[in-house]
Amino acid sequence: MTTVQNKLHWLAKVTVTRKATVVDPQGNTVLDALRHLRFDSAEHVRIGKYIEVSVSAADEAEARSEVAKMCETLLVNPVIEQYAFDLQQID
Amino acid sequence: MKFGVLVFPGTWSDRDWGHALGYVSGQEVVYLWHNDTDLQNCDGIIVPGGFAHGDYLRTGAIARFSPIMESVRKFAENGGLVLGSCNGFQILTEAGLLPGALLRNACSSFLCEWTYIRVERTDTPFTSQCQKGQVLRIPISHGEGLFFCDDTDLQALEDRGGVVFRYCDANGAVTPEANPNGSKNNIAGVINESGSVMALMPHPERCCEPELGGVDGLLICQSMVHAVAGIHS
Repeated sequence: MTTVQNKLHWLAKVTVTRKATVVDPQGNTVLDALRHLRFDSAEHVRIGKYIEVSVSAADEAEARSEVAKMCETLLVNPVIEQYAFDLQQID
Repeated sequence: MKFGVLVFPGTWSDRDWGHALGYVSGQEVVYLWHNDTDLQNCDGIIVPGGFAHGDYLRTGAIARFSPIMESVRKFAENGGLVLGSCNGFQILTEAGLLPGALLRNACSSFLCEWTYIRVERTDTPFTSQCQKGQVLRIPISHGEGLFFCDDTDLQALEDRGGVVFRYCDANGAVTPEANPNGSKNNIAGVINESGSVMALMPHPERCCEPELGGVDGLLICQSMVHAVAGIHS
């Protein structure tokens, strides 16, 4: 008798941000625009990326490991970026 | 000599390179599709400009995983000459064949204009036909050309003489005003430690005939031709 391993489905919400030492011209331009609109309270703007990846994995540890590998292989350039993600089981 | 010009979906400078190296420089040129792995015994490889894979995610991020890039990596490791320009520079940094990363221009605008770059090294296969300190007039055409690496890596790059070209004014002065995109230390082009991989943001292939407004790009083409022919000047 063969055992079919049931894979569960997970949704990773990945946030990619630039390292603090990396300039962000886009963020600076948006900050300028906010101040132009008289949002004098605006102090700093940094723009990053939000990526959703759904994955199938047997358990949370496997899902986390897969998403981390995806980040380190393709989704993030470690020279300029850092990442964090939340993971939730779906369906 | 035979040059291979890589073509990714979205590459746009491949035919210009083919014209500059083929028609203008008299070399054999083949186009190498990104899904292929055979470099067809080329003597030199060009990674041209454009928007490979639409620049999705990050410039060069997806192109670095195209099958042809593994062949290019092995070719470079064995001393084969690889020249990248514009998007080619971005692809080569993403692939880890060159240090640093290219970020959005400090001015936030896409820049398409003539620039001056100063030749910092002439002891490379890509610049042997230039004079040290020579000022080349070569156009840029990019939105993400700000060369960045952290201070430690920047110092290491400078210490080993990894900078080949810097943005400068017409007289060769490296000033903040002459830096079109905010690159660290006005860096326009870098070379790897072994000297086999070099890339720059400007487009040498667009200025190889007087009809195009300049011929300084020919110096880089001719340097490569001399290098692969084994002619040392």
